[in-house]
Amino acid sequence: MESLLDMTGGLLLVAGAAFLLLGGLGLWRMPDLFNRIQAGAKTTTLGTILILAGTAFLHPEWGFKLLLIGLFLLFTNPLSSQVLARAAHRRGIETSPKTSVDLLADSLSEQDMPEKLPSEKTLSDKGIEEKS
Amino acid sequence: MSSKTELKPKMRDRAVLFATLLLFWIMLNGTLAADSLIIGILVSLIITVLFCSGLSFFTEFRATPQAFAAGILYYIYFFKELIKANFRLAAIVLSPSLPIKPGIVKVRTKLKSRMGRLMLANSITLTPGTLTMEIDGEWIYVHCVTVESTDIDEATAQIVAGFESYLEVMYG
Repeated sequence: MESLLDMTGGLLLVAGAAFLLLGGLGLWRMPDLFNRIQAGAKTTTLGTILILAGTAFLHPEWGFKLLLIGLFLLFTNPLSSQVLARAAHRRGIETSPKTSVDLLADSLSEQDMPEKLPSEKTLSDKGIEEKS
Repeated sequence: MSSKTELKPKMRDRAVLFATLLLFWIMLNGTLAADSLIIGILVSLIITVLFCSGLSFFTEFRATPQAFAAGILYYIYFFKELIKANFRLAAIVLSPSLPIKPGIVKVRTKLKSRMGRLMLANSITLTPGTLTMEIDGEWIYVHCVTVESTDIDEATAQIVAGFESYLEVMYG
């Protein structure tokens, strides 16, 4: 029983590490910031959750705390990615030449041409604003 | 909503926030000893009073059996999508030609509550090839690694519909 738990835990740890490695590779290979954020957001979430799960198998007594860390991660990780992407877009970071459409830039230029930064009315939903 | 009932949901929100904070505190400490419990209650109360408009998992959650069932289904679907997202990304990253066609599309959500929209935005970020960039009322701007459709309705069906059906029951 003991060794089975250890084995499952170890496998989960390795799987998590593998996804994190793929995420790193994604960061390196993707052409622009937004695609890099995509690579980073997904792999770090799943990778870290797998590592937390693996740790829970190895140390069952830490279960509750690991669960809390996982929940916290699940909420904050995508949020920080979103905020980073939004800030980068507002700042005018270039998208890769492969990018086919940018409806966000289109809608911003329709709304307020003269301003450099989007005005108050384009600030996003209140909920996101407060959490960030 | 009449002015009489307007106060009630706010009190409910506060109670829910307090309970969530206290639950987290107890889970983190892993003990029900009197001294740590008292500190937890005090700190939770202070936070509840100071940040009453804050969100928690259960703010605006509809505490009905259907909502709980939808919540469970939502998390199953969510983890399935998260794993799918990782494998798809792995396939893209590992293929020498890097088959991507990025773009930012616009989709529309039916969800009204803040928490519902937050969960939707987070879910979109963690699912295959999509990243929420901006929310403007009911419009969500999504960055896609591979753009399949720039049409608002079609993109909405592809990106949003899966999660929305669950979140609609949970938060509305």
